[in-house]
Amino acid sequence: MADPMRIRAQAAGDKATVRVLMAHDMETGLRKDAAGKLIPAWYITQVSAQLNGKTVMTTQWGPAVAKNPFLQFTVKGAKSGDKISVAWVDNRGEKRADEVTVA
Amino acid sequence: MNAGLYLSADVVCLCRLHMLSANACSCCVQLMRYMEPWMPSRRTLLTHSAKVLTLLGAAGWLPMTAQAQMAAYNTAAFEAKSIAELMKALGTPMPVESKDVTLTGPDIAENGAVVPVGVSTTLPGVKRLLLLVEKNPAVMSAMFEVTDAVEANFSTRIKMGQSSNVYAVAVMDDGKLLYAQKEIKVTLGGCGG
Repeated sequence: MADPMRIRAQAAGDKATVRVLMAHDMETGLRKDAAGKLIPAWYITQVSAQLNGKTVMTTQWGPAVAKNPFLQFTVKGAKSGDKISVAWVDNRGEKRADEVTVA
Repeated sequence: MNAGLYLSADVVCLCRLHMLSANACSCCVQLMRYMEPWMPSRRTLLTHSAKVLTLLGAAGWLPMTAQAQMAAYNTAAFEAKSIAELMKALGTPMPVESKDVTLTGPDIAENGAVVPVGVSTTLPGVKRLLLLVEKNPAVMSAMFEVTDAVEANFSTRIKMGQSSNVYAVAVMDDGKLLYAQKEIKVTLGGCGG
């Protein structure tokens, strides 16, 4: 299982800003290792976010998103105490989901 | 051999990020210029790289194979090499410039491996936001689906192989595409990761 994400969700008025830091290598498949062999591509392809169990955001990524990806988005109608969970899937089918409470 | 001729556009770049792109980046051009007296002729070099590519394809190292099983993931769009190719993969018309779409990012990125960028729009009825880097091996970096429950405002960090125009494209409900662009210069990271 991949390392946990670091998620922070802060309410301001009737919306909440969510910042996510995922732990992932995001290999492009174009780099070579010391022996000159290509390192196979390994990157997050899909990220989704849920507010109290309802999906509010989905995104698809290519390998050009930086290593240990950062993502910021704003959820409308989220208030302090709500639960926000973020999940990702990579191109090897590995998954990770984490949940935080809106502060 | 004439250096300018030798280093024309179809030379495969030596560095890791531009392996599959058509143009060599400036640092590799310098390297090739320096190496030229010891290099095999251009024709043998090209045949060689073609062979390498075929081998890579056969071994399954090219990115498409791993992606095949993911139904929802838009593989064709993420492998598009140019904006025209991408629009064909998405089945949308070419985007039109608009000042209602915003792309935030640095003018100069010190490290091409980590370039902070943000895409947003104030327009209602936006379906998706795309983040494109013109000179990356694959044009599209990210595609954000906008729903009623989130604002059309996303920030992330991307990799850039070299200085390039970066585009924020908004796909609207009525099928129109609007974009904003910004040139981001990369000082480090033209070669390497």
